[in-house]
Amino acid sequence: MDELAAGTSPVHKLHPLVKFLVTIAYIYCVVSFSKYDLTGLFIMLLFPVIMFSTAGIPISTCFWKLRLVLPLVLMVGIFNPIFEGKAGLISMVTLMMKGVFALMASFIMVATTPIDGLCAALRKMHIPSVLVTLLLLTYRYISVLVKEVAIMTDAYKLRAPGQNGIAPKAWGSFLGQLLLRSMDRANELYSSMQLRAFKGEFFYAAQRKLNVRDALFFFVCIAAFVLARLINITELIGGVFA
Amino acid sequence: MIEFKNVNFEYEKGTPVLTDISFKIEDGESVGLIGCNGAGKSTLMKVLLGLLPHEGEITVGDVKLAKDTLDEVRKTIGFILQDSDNQMFMPTVFEDMMFGPLNYGHTKEEAEARVDKVLEELGIGYLKNKYNHKISGGEKKMAAIATILTMHPRAILMDEPTSALDPENRRKIINTINGLKTTKLIASHDLDMILDTCERVILMHDGKIIKDGTADEILKDKALLEANHMELPLKLQG
Repeated sequence: MDELAAGTSPVHKLHPLVKFLVTIAYIYCVVSFSKYDLTGLFIMLLFPVIMFSTAGIPISTCFWKLRLVLPLVLMVGIFNPIFEGKAGLISMVTLMMKGVFALMASFIMVATTPIDGLCAALRKMHIPSVLVTLLLLTYRYISVLVKEVAIMTDAYKLRAPGQNGIAPKAWGSFLGQLLLRSMDRANELYSSMQLRAFKGEFFYAAQRKLNVRDALFFFVCIAAFVLARLINITELIGGVFA
Repeated sequence: MIEFKNVNFEYEKGTPVLTDISFKIEDGESVGLIGCNGAGKSTLMKVLLGLLPHEGEITVGDVKLAKDTLDEVRKTIGFILQDSDNQMFMPTVFEDMMFGPLNYGHTKEEAEARVDKVLEELGIGYLKNKYNHKISGGEKKMAAIATILTMHPRAILMDEPTSALDPENRRKIINTINGLKTTKLIASHDLDMILDTCERVILMHDGKIIKDGTADEILKDKALLEANHMELPLKLQG
């Protein structure tokens, strides 16, 4: 994700706050469609598709990285055909599309915005500092945690020949050890922050001011979403060719 | 520059970790703090930085260490932790280096000028926009030193600066330490590195100072080192 976020496309250059707000507006708009409005919803696919192609990120990357989450999204509404018959089939597809569209929009925002930019945007939105700091540190330390889990797993495997994974009876002590290590690290980390005068608020160095292009992108997107929400553009286009 | 007068510390009552510690480090001195595991080296550093409470008197420059002078003391002394992952908590090296100066009230422009100068001095400009979790151990250690240098400390404390480094990176760190003009207090088991970087050594055992003298005097004293569960530096073993 870091490599994706380090790109230089016009989407990457947009202000993180604008991308964040537009994504929220997009998701809100997508979710607000009626569960039977399949044709109306279809036009909303344009936004993520344009964003992906402008950013130079293949859509397949999104689906590959989200391969564990996508099945859960696709399971939403899976029983609708049973309870609602033919209409249920439409509502199932609509719900699935809503989930996939929302995921695609979120993905393109995260994939084109460095984490510090995203955190700065969240702070500008007055999201509490504690939550934003938590997000920032989780992002920073997830790789360290994964590395520690890998080391502990290797150490376990080397002394447990013939076992597949970690035996359930060892899970408690395994997680306990991981927690203790994490707490030690957290203490050290906090000391390091204190020693550099941390007073509870991060300063995000890589911030820039909003410019005309950001404002234009924001207003055009919002206008397009409102239009798509009010008028069934898919049907309108279909009508022209009918 | 740094003075300890009869400093004591204990985690639990009745089990002292530091006992009657007294020493003085002059401006510009480079002092090695050696001792076996549990001797109290890291604790001494944490006490000096006000991360742990203490009894006795600690003075840094003209400032006596107390709750209301913590900021001033911590601005004067930079601390390089043993595990750089704990020190580099921001996403990128640049953000991490900006963190201290910005917290101390410098403008973004001033902070960035400091960052660029330090990166150039250490010859690690290529790390500026790298993600902390993607750089190697040696690079991380250099970046950790850089984050401290941007705060322009008068003294630097280092806890095992060469641990877990390959020979090339270890040598790079030693050269970097030797190039620093600040006062230095370096805690380590790597006695060869101490020999290369410090002119004075403080030997600790069981929370007490056993001997304080020149590096030559202490690091060549086989009997003294062995009595304190250490051994001669490799290059002096013949």
